[in-house]
Amino acid sequence: MSETAVLSIDRVSKHFGGIVAVKDMTFEVQAGEVLGLMGPNGAGKTTLLNIIAGTYSPSSGRVHFCGRDITGLPAHKLCHLGIARTYQIPQPFTSLSARQNILVATEYGGKKAAGMEHDKIFDLVNLSEQKDMPARDLATVSLKRLELARALASNPTLILLDEIAAGSTDAELPRILGIIEEIHKMGKTVVLVEHVMKVMVEAVDRIIVIDKGEKIAEGTPGEVMKDEKVIAAYFG
Amino acid sequence: MEDFLVGLAPPLIKGILLGGLYVVIALGLSLVFGVMKLINVAHGDLVILGSYFAWAVMGWLGIDPFLSLVAGVPLFFVLGFFVQKFIINRTFRISLDAALIACFGISIIVQNLCQAIWTPFNRSLLTDYRLLTFAVGPLTIQLRYLLDFIGGLAVMLAVRGFLRRTYLGRAISAASQNEPVAERMGINPNRVYSFAFAIAMACAAVAGVLQGLTFSFSPTSGSPFLIISFGVIILGGLGSMAGTFIGGMVFGLTQTLGAYFSGGSLLVQSIAPYLLVFVILSVRPQGIFGR
Repeated sequence: MSETAVLSIDRVSKHFGGIVAVKDMTFEVQAGEVLGLMGPNGAGKTTLLNIIAGTYSPSSGRVHFCGRDITGLPAHKLCHLGIARTYQIPQPFTSLSARQNILVATEYGGKKAAGMEHDKIFDLVNLSEQKDMPARDLATVSLKRLELARALASNPTLILLDEIAAGSTDAELPRILGIIEEIHKMGKTVVLVEHVMKVMVEAVDRIIVIDKGEKIAEGTPGEVMKDEKVIAAYFG
Repeated sequence: MEDFLVGLAPPLIKGILLGGLYVVIALGLSLVFGVMKLINVAHGDLVILGSYFAWAVMGWLGIDPFLSLVAGVPLFFVLGFFVQKFIINRTFRISLDAALIACFGISIIVQNLCQAIWTPFNRSLLTDYRLLTFAVGPLTIQLRYLLDFIGGLAVMLAVRGFLRRTYLGRAISAASQNEPVAERMGINPNRVYSFAFAIAMACAAVAGVLQGLTFSFSPTSGSPFLIISFGVIILGGLGSMAGTFIGGMVFGLTQTLGAYFSGGSLLVQSIAPYLLVFVILSVRPQGIFGR
């Protein structure tokens, strides 16, 4: 693997019983890069995120993070090493306020250097006015932002975003793009799974397209969109 | 009408005050279930162990049961931490069923240990204030029941404050609501489990003293309290501290009012709360305060 790689996936496969969710996947993510994972439903994108984040152990293959073999480490250790993820369906701690949700992430996930101040995080995700509300009273859009805020609060090196734009209106997209841009500017490495094409095309440096658990194309957004295999996977 | 109300007052007061004892006992069970989805069937026995601890300290050193808690609470806390760390957390690697069986094992060990050390005879914490009563207007209040209530309120508020305001408490709340996400946020579930069990045992130490002052006990008197705790938790709703508190009061009230209206029937007194539990389960399965 190259020296600047933050994340390196080396021939990773994941089976669930007889079903192959991810097959022989290999790729690297460089420091400061924004990488997009794209593919039809059931292609294995979320499974891949779960493997990187330590929710699943791969059936075979290795995962390296900042030069260290992290294959099979539990999620809480990966969090301390600097990997954060958001969930497609927001998973707040409902009885805690937005601020307390973030506190949990800072207190337990925070590693060595202190991360951003909470107020700055809330400003970034546009949640400042709702920070003392219990999470159960927040609207879905706000919960999506809380997911992001919580992931940032643990001061990660690598942040995995699972469909943060899904369910957003077109009017909200510039805001989301702006947030990804800000995260990028902080020098964080981002892997994002997204169906919303506008986000994919405008936010990422490089796209990897997955179909049936296998990588079928890789390149800049412009290159990937012209790829015949990609067109075939999406439009049959 | 006035006679009716005057007659009703004693069972009302006794039910509410006695409810405090049920609250302390149920809190430990509720906390462990809330965090690790494990029904700690040994919980009632651990409460009785708490009663025996206070009884032994009183016998050996002549120390008041409440004062013995200064040593009892930390001791039970540490014991709980290690029981979880070295026994239950290991069984979780096999399955939740294995952990349940381990709890059965702990229950049997604790019962027999108490029997071996302290014989099967009935004991109670015979302090000189145990049977004190005092009058409030026309009513007579028994001090031990008042202590139950104060204890229940104090322990509930302490646990609630701990869960809301402390670093560790937030981790326990987070893990009990959504464990995979809590782990993703850097919380080590096994550590949270150990602390949760430790707190449950500390509650059991307090519950043991209150129980020993209120009723007599023998090595096997833990099981009824386990059943009562289930009732309290179902009535109040799982995961709500305030709910558990109200659940305890409602349970106590149903017992004393059941006895009052049936002319002191022990059968009605013991069955009435469970009839209510049955009704609550069918109309509001999440409990009075559950979400």
